[in-house]
Amino acid sequence: MGRKLDPLKKVPRGPGRKSRKQPGAEKELCKILSDGDSEVKRLSSRSRKRAAKRRQVEEKKVKLSKPEAKQNGNAQAVQKGKKKLSGFSDENAEWLKPVKRARKDSDDDEEEDEDFSDQKMDSGDEKPIKLVDDEDDDEESGNDEPAEELELSDSDDDLQDDFGASSEDEDDDGGDLLPIEKAAEKQKKKSKREKEIEDEEDIQLNVDGDEHFTLPTAEEMEQELSTHLDLTSVQERIKDIVAVLQDFAKRGGQHTRKEYITVLRRDLATYYSYGDYMIEMLSDLFPVSELVDFLESCEVQRPVTIRTNTLKTRRRDLAQSLINRGVNLDPLGKWSKTGLVIYDSSVPIGATPEYLAGHYMLQGASSLLPVIALAPQENERVMDMCCAPGGKTSYMAQLMKNTGVVVANDMNTERLRSVVGNLHRLGVTNCIICNYDGRKLSEVLGGFDRVLLDAPCSGTGIISKDPSVKTNKNAQDIQRCAHIQKELILSAIDSLDAQSTSGGFLVYCTCSITVEENECVVDYALNKRNVKLVPTGLDFGTEGFVKYKERRFHQSLRLARRFYPHKHNMDGFFIAKLRKFSNKIPSSKEEESEADQTEQIDPEKKEAGQKGASSKPATQELKKKQKAHPAKPGQKAPPAKPGQKAPPAKPGQKAPPAKPGQKASPAKPGQKAPPAKPGQKAPPAKPGQKAPPAKPGQKALPAKPGQKASPAKPGQKASPAKPGQKAPSAKPGQKASPPIPGKKDPMAKHGQIVFPAKPGKKPPAKPGQKPPPKPWQKASPAKPGNKAPLTKPWQKASPAKPGQKMPPAKPELSVLKTEEWENLVDEKKQKMFMKKKKLLLKKKKEKKKSK
Amino acid sequence: MRPLTDEETKTMFEKLSKYIGENIKLLVDRPDGTYCFRLHNDRVYYVSERMLKLATNVARDKLVSLGTCFGKFTKTQKFRLHITALDYLAPYAKYKVWVKSGSEQSFLYGNHVLKSGLGRITENTTQYQGVIVYSMADVPLGFGVAAKSTQECRKLDPMQIVVFHQADVGEYIRHEDTLT
Repeated sequence: MGRKLDPLKKVPRGPGRKSRKQPGAEKELCKILSDGDSEVKRLSSRSRKRAAKRRQVEEKKVKLSKPEAKQNGNAQAVQKGKKKLSGFSDENAEWLKPVKRARKDSDDDEEEDEDFSDQKMDSGDEKPIKLVDDEDDDEESGNDEPAEELELSDSDDDLQDDFGASSEDEDDDGGDLLPIEKAAEKQKKKSKREKEIEDEEDIQLNVDGDEHFTLPTAEEMEQELSTHLDLTSVQERIKDIVAVLQDFAKRGGQHTRKEYITVLRRDLATYYSYGDYMIEMLSDLFPVSELVDFLESCEVQRPVTIRTNTLKTRRRDLAQSLINRGVNLDPLGKWSKTGLVIYDSSVPIGATPEYLAGHYMLQGASSLLPVIALAPQENERVMDMCCAPGGKTSYMAQLMKNTGVVVANDMNTERLRSVVGNLHRLGVTNCIICNYDGRKLSEVLGGFDRVLLDAPCSGTGIISKDPSVKTNKNAQDIQRCAHIQKELILSAIDSLDAQSTSGGFLVYCTCSITVEENECVVDYALNKRNVKLVPTGLDFGTEGFVKYKERRFHQSLRLARRFYPHKHNMDGFFIAKLRKFSNKIPSSKEEESEADQTEQIDPEKKEAGQKGASSKPATQELKKKQKAHPAKPGQKAPPAKPGQKAPPAKPGQKAPPAKPGQKASPAKPGQKAPPAKPGQKAPPAKPGQKAPPAKPGQKALPAKPGQKASPAKPGQKASPAKPGQKAPSAKPGQKASPPIPGKKDPMAKHGQIVFPAKPGKKPPAKPGQKPPPKPWQKASPAKPGNKAPLTKPWQKASPAKPGQKMPPAKPELSVLKTEEWENLVDEKKQKMFMKKKKLLLKKKKEKKKSK
Repeated sequence: MRPLTDEETKTMFEKLSKYIGENIKLLVDRPDGTYCFRLHNDRVYYVSERMLKLATNVARDKLVSLGTCFGKFTKTQKFRLHITALDYLAPYAKYKVWVKSGSEQSFLYGNHVLKSGLGRITENTTQYQGVIVYSMADVPLGFGVAAKSTQECRKLDPMQIVVFHQADVGEYIRHEDTLT
C-alpha cells in the first residue's frame, strides 16, 4: 500500500517525464494525424529517397492532370480529397473552415501567397512558378477545390504551407475570375484584414475604456447592495479595477485613484466577506495585486504538516510507517529536516498509533520557523513564554536533545493541559511548566539564554484557520493586543541574560501580519531596552517594514521576517530575532523628552486634583511652616503658593510644608542657582532629563532628597549639572546648603531658586507646574513603583523605570533613594512622635496638677 | 513540591518494581546527573536536580508540571502509575507482550489484550506480573498485568484475556485533562 518514499531523495513534482515531452509534439501530432500521412518520418533514409522520387513523379502527374481537373471538375481529385481530408468536402466547404488559429499561424504564408499572386498579376503570367507555387497557380486557374486537394496531397512536404494555402483557398469560392477581378478581390481582402486588425485594437481599447466606465457611483453600489448581489460581477469588477490601478497613468480616466480604491475595497469586502477595518488594514499592507492574491489564498486551507519527534524516531522511519498506514506525504522543504507535508490520509492523522506514541506532532509549517530562528543549544536555559499547545516548546526540547531546561509558561490553565499531554507524549523530560502571567514572569525567573515569545495576537495571519477574524477585529482589538505584546516583550527581554555565553537571544513572533503588532512592538523594545535585531537565520520570507504609513521604524527591522500565505504557502507570520547586549535598562534621551512632555501635562492634572482635595491640609501645613519660618510667609506671595498648596496635599506630611518654606526662603538667598528642584521638576524636563541619563545609575533624582534632606548629595551634584546650564555658580551654594539645613531649609532654597529659574524660562505656567512637582517628588517615589511593573529594574537602576513609564521629571524627583525617603519619613515620624510625646507629657502633667 | 516520605517512596517503588524489577536502581543512580522524585499536587514527578533548583523559584500554585510525571497517589494513599511513566518503564521492562497490529487499535482504546491479539510474550511470565505492551513494530503502547502465565497462554481460548489493561497511550487523548 502506498509508494515507498525516500525523504532524502527529491521526488520530482508536476507532470511526469512523458507528459513533459508532449506539449511540443502534441500540436504537430494533431496536424499529422489530421493529414493522415505521417509515414514519412518512419521511413529509413533509403526509403525516404525513394519516396522523394515517387513524389516528384506524382507531382508531374498532377501537373498533367490539372487541365483535366479544370475541365471535368476532376472527380478523381475530389475523391482523393475526400479520402485524405476527413470531414471536408465540397458540400460543407461553405461552413466548415479551418480553425482560425491555424489561419493565424500561417499568416505569413498567406502574405507570401499574396505577394506571389501580386507579382503574377503584374506580369499577367499565369504559369506556375514551380513546386511551391503550384497552389497559387491552381487558384488562379479558378478551380479552387481541386487545387486545395492537391495541395493537401502535397502536404507531407510542408505542413504549415498547406494550412495557409488551404485557408486562403476557401475564402474565394468564386468561379473563374479575371486577373483584375482577382486583384480587386485581394485588395478587398487585404483591406478587410486591416480593418479586422483595427477592430481588434478598437475592441481592446474599448475593454480598457470599459474599465473606468465600470466604476459605479456610490448610488449604484448601494442599489446593488440593496437588491440582489451578483458575486461574479463583483469579482469581475475587482479584476478590472486591479488592472486599471496597475496601469493607472494610462487608464485612470477621469476618476482618481482614491475613487477606484474605495470601490475596490468595498468590492473585496463583499466578495470575500471581510469587515471594513480588516480590508483597510490589509490594503495598507499590500499593493492591490498582492492584496487580491492574499485574500484568495486566505480562502484556502494550508497543507497539513507534521514534525517528526527526533527524540523518539527518525523522519525516514516515520514516513515509512505512515505510508504503510495509507498516508500520502512528502518532505516539507529544504529548510526543515523534520517536517512532513500530508497530502491525504486514509486514517485520522491525529490519532494514529505513531501519533499516540509521540513520534510526531501536528504542527503548522510556520510554527517551526520561530524555533529554527531561536536555535536553542544543548544545556541552555530556555523559556517559551506563551507555550500552549506545546508544539514549539517540544521542538525546542527536541533541538536541545532533552538537556538543559525549558521553561514553558502560559497564562491559560486550560490550555496548559494540552501542553502537559503533548510534552509527555513526545517524551520531553526537561520541561518545567508553569502558569504565570507572562508580564510578571521576569520577576520570578530570569537569566535565560534564550526566550521565545510567541505573543498572543489578533490572528490576522491565520484567517484560513479562523475566518471569524475577517469580521470581528477592529482597531481597538489590535491596539489591545499590541499593548499586551509590548508588555510581554519587555518582560521577555528582562528575563534574558545578556552575559550568557551562548547569546541572550529573544525570538519574537506572532501569527498576525499587522504592523502594529509586529514592527511597532519590536521597535518599541529597541527603544526601551538594550537589544538589537540580528538576522533570523531563515533564508526566506519577506523583510520587515521599515516604514509604514506615517510610521518610521529602526532600519534594522529589515532583519525581521514576514511570511505570507500567498507567497510562502504557510500561515501569515512574523519573526524577529533580538539579541540583548546589556543587562542595563536604558533611559534614552528620546524617552526623557517624551517623558517630559507627558510629565508637564501630568503635574498639571495632579496639581489640579491636589488643590481641590488637599487645600485644607495644605493651608494647615502652611500655617505650621509660617510658624517655623516666619520669614517665608511674606515671600509666599509669588506663584509659589499654588504650588505649595498642591504639594502639601500629596504628602500630607511634612514634606509639603517644606516646599512652602522653600518658596519663602527664596527671598532670602536670592540664590538662583540652587534650583536643583526646578531643574528636576519643571525645567527638569530639559536639563534634568539630559543630566539624568548619565547619572541614571546613581539615581540623579537625589535632587529631591537633596532638597528635602541632605541625602541630596548625589542628587545635588547631579542636579547642579543641570542647573549648571542655567546658573552653575549658584549650584555650589545650593549643594552646600541643602545637606546642612533641616529638610525645610534646603527645600526652601530650592524652591526659591526654582521659581526664579522658571519665570525666566517659562513664566507663569511653570511656576504653577513646578510647585506640583514638589508634591510629585514626595509622592513620586511611590508612584513610579506602582506604575513600573518591573520591580527589578527599580532595584537595579531606578532611573530606567521612571524614564519608561513616567517622564524623566518624575524619575529625577522620584529617584530619591528609597532609603533616603525612608529617612525623611522617619524624621517626620520622629518629629510627630516627639510632638505627641510632648502632648502626652503635658497632659500627664496637667493630670498630676489636677490631682 | 516536596520529597516523598518513606512510606510514599515504598509504595511507589513497590509499584514500579512490578514492571521493571530491580532496574529501579538505574532510575535513581544515573550516570548523567542526579535525578529525584518530587511530590507536587499528589503527583510524583521525576526530575533532574538542575531543573529542581530552577523550579523551586516557581510558586506552588503556579507550577503545573516538571520533568516527567510518574503517577499519582490516590486519596487512599495508593500509587497509580500514569501512562506518562511509560518512557521510563519501557526501556527497563522485564516482561513484555507484543500485540498484533490488528488488535493494536483495540488496546489503544482501552481494552484488554485477548489471546487472539497476542503476538509474542516473554517466556516465563508469571500470572499477575506487570508487563509492558508493545506493538509488533516494537513501539511501546502501554502497560498492564498478565492475566495468565506464559504456559497457560499457549492453550488458551482465542477470546480469553491475556493481559489486563492498565494504561495505554490512547489516554493522552482520552484523559488529557487528568494527566496533571
